[in-house]
Amino acid sequence: MPAEDKKRAAHRALVDRLLNGEGRASAEQRACAFGNDGLSPPLSVLINKVAVRPAEVTDADFASAKAAGFSEDELFELVVCAAVGESARLYKAGLVALAEAGGGEEPG
Amino acid sequence: MRLEILNSGYSAGTRALFMVIRLFSGQPVPDAARLVFYRPDFYGTLAKKFTHETMRGPSAWSVGDRELMAAYVSKMNESAFCIRAHTATASQAYQDGAKVQAVLADLESAPIEEPLRATLRMLGKLTAEGTLTAEDMREVLSAGVSPQQVEDALAVCVAFNTTGRLADAFGFEILSPEGFEAGAKYLLKRGYR
Repeated sequence: MPAEDKKRAAHRALVDRLLNGEGRASAEQRACAFGNDGLSPPLSVLINKVAVRPAEVTDADFASAKAAGFSEDELFELVVCAAVGESARLYKAGLVALAEAGGGEEPG
Repeated sequence: MRLEILNSGYSAGTRALFMVIRLFSGQPVPDAARLVFYRPDFYGTLAKKFTHETMRGPSAWSVGDRELMAAYVSKMNESAFCIRAHTATASQAYQDGAKVQAVLADLESAPIEEPLRATLRMLGKLTAEGTLTAEDMREVLSAGVSPQQVEDALAVCVAFNTTGRLADAFGFEILSPEGFEAGAKYLLKRGYR
């Protein structure tokens, strides 16, 4: 397998595990966090910050999500999904631009 | 870290490993390392595999180049932990801290080759704006960067957009300068496995 395919394959494996493997948060919640879409406050506030302006995440964002009933393990998973999800969108945007410039294959 | 499970939710075996690392390095285990030991079946194992392949796998980019990309992406995200960690690692890899500092201070005037400059410019735009055009990519390719090098650089960008977000969200503790230097030495010797 070429080196670049190994990188893409390793990334796909990570995404697949987060979204389709077992977790403390539901698969639906993990998908919403990954997509930064479809969540309600206060969780949506935390997840949107992770995706869009992570330097602004505060202790209060976690405290609010916990007060709404989310466990630490659920928040661990959902924050990871949000971070990987936003990065996956960047990956796709970069690979699509490369393909459109005639330099590579479209992401699968 | 902001979640107590990431501070104290480790098995006895993992806690013992952290003690051994601290004993041999003389430094606390960085939060970036602790994170991937927490329920590694969920995130850590596969994240390490992707990051190691990206940062230490076959590539026309040197290890120093890739660590500089990690530092540059982290700077775009204002991710304090990752800026310091990968500035230290790139500086050790190049044996040239001034070059790394120059890139982070002003990419356009830094003393680096044009293919690397064009690639960093592209990664910076992708990180800041979340999108790129075909024209952006044509500029990189016309600077002499191969399509595979672009793919390799995009993977670095992805890895450190992820790690930087986790560092900021979970609140990784900023290490001492000695701590970051020790971490950089480890990453150059052992990689991200």
